[in-house]
Amino acid sequence: MAGNDWESVIGLEIHAQLATHSKIFSGSATAYGAAPNTQANLVDLGYPGVLPVLNTAAVRMAVMFGLAIEARIAPRSVFARKNYFYPDLPKGYQISQYELPIVAGGHIDILLEDGSGKRVGVTRAHLEEDAGKSLHEGLAGLTGVDLNRAGTPLIEIVSEPELRSAREAVAYMKKVHTLVRYLGICDGNMQEGSFRCDANVSVRRRGAEKLGTRAEIKNINSFRYVEKAINYEITRQIDLIEGGGKVVQETRLYDPDKGETRSMRSKEEANDYRYFPDPDLLPVLLEDSYIRGVAATLPELPDQKAARFASQHGLSAYDAGVLTASAEIAAFYEAVVRELGGEPKLVANWVAGDLSAMLNRDGLEVGTSRVDAAALAALLKRIVDNTISGKIAKEVFEAMWEGQQGADAIIEARGLRQITDESAIEQAIEAVMAANPAQLADYRSGKDKLFGFFVGQVMKATQGKANPARLNELLKKKLSG
Amino acid sequence: MHLQTVAGISAGLAGGSFSSLELTRALLERISRLQPELNAFISIEAEPALAAAAAADARRAAGEQGALLGVPIAHKDIFCAAGSRTSCGSKMLANFVSPYDATVVARLRAAGVVSLGKTNMDEFAMGSSNETSHFGPVRNPWDLSRVPGGSSGGSAAAVAARLVPAATATDTGGSIRQPAALCGVTGLKPTYGRVSRYGMIAFASSLDQGGIITTTAEDAALLLGAMAGFDPQDSTSVELPVPDYVAGLDQSLRGLKVGLLKEFFEQGLDPAIEAQIRAALKLLEAQGAVLREVSLPNLPLSVPTYYVVAPAECSSNLARFDGVRYGYRCEKPRDLTDLYKRSRGEGFGTEVKRRIMTGTYVLSAGYYDAYYLKAQRVRQLIADDFRRAFTEVDVLIGPTTPTVAFELGSKSEDPVTMYLNDIYTIGANLAGLPAMSIPCGFAASLPAGLQIIGPHFSEQRLLNVAHRYQRETDWHTRMPERYR
Repeated sequence: MAGNDWESVIGLEIHAQLATHSKIFSGSATAYGAAPNTQANLVDLGYPGVLPVLNTAAVRMAVMFGLAIEARIAPRSVFARKNYFYPDLPKGYQISQYELPIVAGGHIDILLEDGSGKRVGVTRAHLEEDAGKSLHEGLAGLTGVDLNRAGTPLIEIVSEPELRSAREAVAYMKKVHTLVRYLGICDGNMQEGSFRCDANVSVRRRGAEKLGTRAEIKNINSFRYVEKAINYEITRQIDLIEGGGKVVQETRLYDPDKGETRSMRSKEEANDYRYFPDPDLLPVLLEDSYIRGVAATLPELPDQKAARFASQHGLSAYDAGVLTASAEIAAFYEAVVRELGGEPKLVANWVAGDLSAMLNRDGLEVGTSRVDAAALAALLKRIVDNTISGKIAKEVFEAMWEGQQGADAIIEARGLRQITDESAIEQAIEAVMAANPAQLADYRSGKDKLFGFFVGQVMKATQGKANPARLNELLKKKLSG
Repeated sequence: MHLQTVAGISAGLAGGSFSSLELTRALLERISRLQPELNAFISIEAEPALAAAAAADARRAAGEQGALLGVPIAHKDIFCAAGSRTSCGSKMLANFVSPYDATVVARLRAAGVVSLGKTNMDEFAMGSSNETSHFGPVRNPWDLSRVPGGSSGGSAAAVAARLVPAATATDTGGSIRQPAALCGVTGLKPTYGRVSRYGMIAFASSLDQGGIITTTAEDAALLLGAMAGFDPQDSTSVELPVPDYVAGLDQSLRGLKVGLLKEFFEQGLDPAIEAQIRAALKLLEAQGAVLREVSLPNLPLSVPTYYVVAPAECSSNLARFDGVRYGYRCEKPRDLTDLYKRSRGEGFGTEVKRRIMTGTYVLSAGYYDAYYLKAQRVRQLIADDFRRAFTEVDVLIGPTTPTVAFELGSKSEDPVTMYLNDIYTIGANLAGLPAMSIPCGFAASLPAGLQIIGPHFSEQRLLNVAHRYQRETDWHTRMPERYR
């Protein structure tokens, strides 16, 4: 960013859609993608006389999140009405939590690129209902309203303004994403809007105590856009101030096509939401026993799992972090280790390396991987027992990925079994030495570097099948005469 | 036949003296004959009523017995009823046909009650005279130049003129009791949470409570039994068993501790009404009740408190009437803002707009603490006053209204004078208490109402006191001569 004189201050408000079967205040289904208004009942439509009834599954999920970030779970939280007019807001108010949220004061630990860690405070997390959607396309100048999404339960997770760069913001958002998916409280699907965020961004002179005026960038629904939008905004604000201007408090939208943020409404145009406690809903009272009961059902969390991977499997913090980024990846990893009966580092390299690369390439999740844990274990077993080398294994893996049978069948069919027979390797070495007398002479006169040349030649002659350790040993002996 | 009580009709139907269909026909004829002068109904639903009556007769012929099976009543037009226009007295909903039944409507329907139509009311239940209705004012059967009270003026007038033996009603600040008093009938506002609010169009959610207007306490007991009870669709309804309200009616009043509300007798009370109240208290004393004066020092604050809390909630509750999904929509809106402004500007009447604006103001940033929050604190103080009083007495008794029915148009230009009409009734709403108004005589030939307020869920006790009083008096049987 523009010079080192500036510090950016960022806080995120993440909206995660809770994975309940029905809406937060009605019995309608929450499934994505249904025909417009087919998942909206009279409560969702805000009909006269209807009343909200709280879905306790949403409360449970919010408590799970609160416990996972070591926050205080409010023994008494209150739903409030946020009043404003919009066609996709059927009641003219959104039911949210305001003064007394269900979760307050937790933290999320993130790992920065330099390997250091940072603890980011979570101010609060509260329950609320989502609004519907306005539709403009194909309606000949009219606006349509789809209320399928209206009333979908959300948890809004508000961070402290402790993030100092777009990268940190992304790391934080990814960590929250990982966490909600571990907890099974959100499917994390960002294209469908199940996980999105607003970013509050301001800048100040390094060393200054007073916060700068902030702009809020609304509704960003990808990690990439979060990074770009924040970076754009930081530059915009610094340029503005350095050019003698002033940042105004406002709401901005990120346009991914243009890669820029633009003003949506200023503070003066902002709504006075007239929050007040919703008289249709009782305060949510949670007893200790209930909270303890929820705590007992929490799965192993990402940080706990990463710590265990590091100690139990001897992995680096980085590898442990990568392998616990999703519960599915971690489970896959552990299944391979179990199947193989050990070799955790080898497995880590493969799962974090080749497997992840292929999944990324094909846009697959580990759950839909073309090579399952047992198949990968069968392949790695052949590395461990010296049937094939690591390099050959990559070739076999690619063939497996393309759907050509299991590891053993491919090794047999392609004749990839590595040569461990000493006499065969010796024969190949001798042939290479005979064919390259000049190099042999140079080597023997002290050009040690040529050792690699001979390894390559022998490997070539054996189509890569010579056992590398054996080859090294025999070659050294032969070359030195 | 039309002069009978619900209990009398129930017995007549059971004994085969008449059928529900015969009675329904007779009442429908009476309603349409008197509608032009009383305007008690917004919708008269003859065909569905006759069908429901025939169905009730068939159920009875098949051996079913329920006390309410085939009993005709009317619903205040604030209750949603499937297939019925449910206007809430407003132009905003003049075209709204509800796709569903309110819980109260569904429960009464299931009990075999026959609804003859929807009664007139102040727009969105905001008013004390029925003059704010989009469908024109209701007239008091005792004097057609006077108001019936509000907001359940249509229900009270319909029962007073014996168009129906009973009608549902709602009470946010006195909307059951005040018109019951002004029309000389019996009105019961149950404890907040006793009767489900689901399907009852909200005015002020923390104060609204559905109830019933009848001619007798016994009828109120019969109907409340069918209406009351926990409803999973209303989070504020209370999960308590519903007692047999009829069974407790005759209980002796010996030793009953009756509190006289000092503040109710202090200022502005019509001396003629006061005389009737004092006479009623004597009568209760004669039956063994012990009288004691009780003071609720914060009660005089109830009107200003109410006129902050109720408008605040209404400003939010009425936001859904935006012309987008149902109800009134202005002609040819230019854009979204125009759609909102004109649909709401043209769809709501003056009093509703006044309260929406007041409510919006008291919830605004910078005013919330000074108004809304302070009002909530005072509300708590008033509730505490009542709680303390009920450690000393079983029920509180006083007048329902400071004056008898006033002339149409006499207060409609001055909202504050109009608001003061609810001075005795609002306290029970703020504290969520059950309260009744029963006829206790006349002042200048117009009915006066006696108010009985009890602790939470003491409906049985209130009905008992009212019933014992009605056994000793005949005020509740009086009706305007012209409707005999």
